[in-house]
Amino acid sequence: MITLTHYLVLSALIFVLGLFAVLTRRNGVAILMGIELMLNAANINLVAFNKFVAPGAMQGQVFALIVITLAACEAAVGLALVLAAYRGLETIYLDEINLMKW
Amino acid sequence: MPWYLELLRAIGGTILIFSGVAIVAAMFGVLLERKISAWIQSRLGPKHVGPQGLLQTIADTIKLIQKENIIPQNADYKIFASAVLIVPLAALLDYVVIPFGQTRWGPLIFRDLNIGVLFFAATSSLVVVGILMAGWGSNNKYALLGGLRSAAQMVSYEIPMALALITVAMLAGSLSTVTIVNAQSHLWYIVAQPIAFLIFVIAATAEVNRVPFDLVEAESELVAGYFSEYSGMRFALFQLGEYGEMFAMAAMAVTLFLGGWHGPQLLPPVLWFVIKLYALIFVFMWVRWTYPRFRIDQLLNFSWKVLIPVALANLVVTAFFVMVVHP
Amino acid sequence: MTGEAIAFYALAAITLLSGVIVVSSPNIVHSAVALVPAFLGVTGIYILLNAEFVAGVQVLIYAGAITVLILFVIMLTEGGTGLRLQQRNEQGTIGAVVAAAVAALLIAGATRTVWTPQPGTLATYTPGAIGQSFLGTNLLAFEGTSVVLLVSLIGAIIIARKED
Repeated sequence: MITLTHYLVLSALIFVLGLFAVLTRRNGVAILMGIELMLNAANINLVAFNKFVAPGAMQGQVFALIVITLAACEAAVGLALVLAAYRGLETIYLDEINLMKW
Repeated sequence: MPWYLELLRAIGGTILIFSGVAIVAAMFGVLLERKISAWIQSRLGPKHVGPQGLLQTIADTIKLIQKENIIPQNADYKIFASAVLIVPLAALLDYVVIPFGQTRWGPLIFRDLNIGVLFFAATSSLVVVGILMAGWGSNNKYALLGGLRSAAQMVSYEIPMALALITVAMLAGSLSTVTIVNAQSHLWYIVAQPIAFLIFVIAATAEVNRVPFDLVEAESELVAGYFSEYSGMRFALFQLGEYGEMFAMAAMAVTLFLGGWHGPQLLPPVLWFVIKLYALIFVFMWVRWTYPRFRIDQLLNFSWKVLIPVALANLVVTAFFVMVVHP
Repeated sequence: MTGEAIAFYALAAITLLSGVIVVSSPNIVHSAVALVPAFLGVTGIYILLNAEFVAGVQVLIYAGAITVLILFVIMLTEGGTGLRLQQRNEQGTIGAVVAAAVAALLIAGATRTVWTPQPGTLATYTPGAIGQSFLGTNLLAFEGTSVVLLVSLIGAIIIARKED
């Protein structure tokens, strides 16, 4: 019998995987991938709460859709920044970007 | 139904769809393409193998199976091999929501999802990841360029296709394909939405990389684009994916615009669906041998600057009619 | 073991395994490609939670568009050729300790709270219900999100274009 706790534990594990990627990877694009995993974990939480705790309103699924949209926007802008940084500084490894002015 | 019967039904349906698509779309479609192109170009086409050349594709498949499996030296083998699986998988997943006819027990559809049209758009967009992987994993400049250009083209043409799908879903009031076909019992949507039909057909031609949008895989341009380095059975699987997706797009156009299985009661509904499907495939192949090829910047300009504004204007006008004129 | 339990554990295994590959693979293209099964696993979880519309949108946007965007940027910058060998910075162990602490905190909080369900039932045709609520109670969020989409689209184009 799958209860709400199963979904919350799963989303906590996915969130922690994303957090580990953000904390320990050097590549800028890999950090953005970790952020996407964290947003997915939050979405699983929202939809699970909608089904088990508050099924009357569609608020959880609506909020999850808005989070998906904002994640797409943020990925687009973040990747544009990575491209612009590569063009100017010739590197995308974030620990080599340590000068304020080139 | 208990879950093991559902799983069995899913596996049986998968085998049925794969063999159906492999035989009807890939084998028969390749043969049809060669015969129709020969007829348009006033020549004869394959006539040697079998009566009137009908067994030509079987001979081609046997030839491809017994070819050597060549892998480039510095290629990334995991990505090179997985790309071959993703492209036909996404093309075959399109067939889950297409209703082929109407029987006594209900519509002949694998699973009538209540998000059918959205599922179709989503699986069509999974093909792009496979193409990028194929272009990258080949370790070949032409393949990489072809893969990037093909991915840019497919992503640009998904938007007008999705807008045309939304317009039809708005008219029918539901995203389920069976509901859309049932809503066309009096008037086919090609009469109510001719602009959406045209946009969908143009976008479908671009999504399966056919002429006039096949810059990425034309022999005179980039060797063979993203599948230059694939030989033998892997090449056959890519062709299966491409022809299967073309047939899936044509089947979806028949479902959404040409009335699905509706027709006079002389023939069974499945036969009407097949007749309309092959009529649309004939139109696709006719276009292939009539128009020249677009350049990549003309192709992308056409999508972003012409098709998307026209599709958005069509959406707004249809929304006005649905809400205000016929509530 | 009901079918739902088997489906949940299978999907959770696919998602977590792909997540581990995304997080710890030394080849960045392998990480990006492993995002696709992770997102498809999350789609399966949504379908188990009766959220079909969110599942369809998840495949369309995440697996179909964001993964393609990430792969494009990897192929246009030099991360894909693996010139720099070390992909993990010096915070490896501290990062693992912090991640484990956050996981313990979240799991303890989730298992010890009593979640009381409120009355009501889930709508059967979710696209229609979501549409009604977007134009009803959630109208402001809908309009705000569309403005954010427009602004981020223009911003991304301006940031990433060539200065000539």
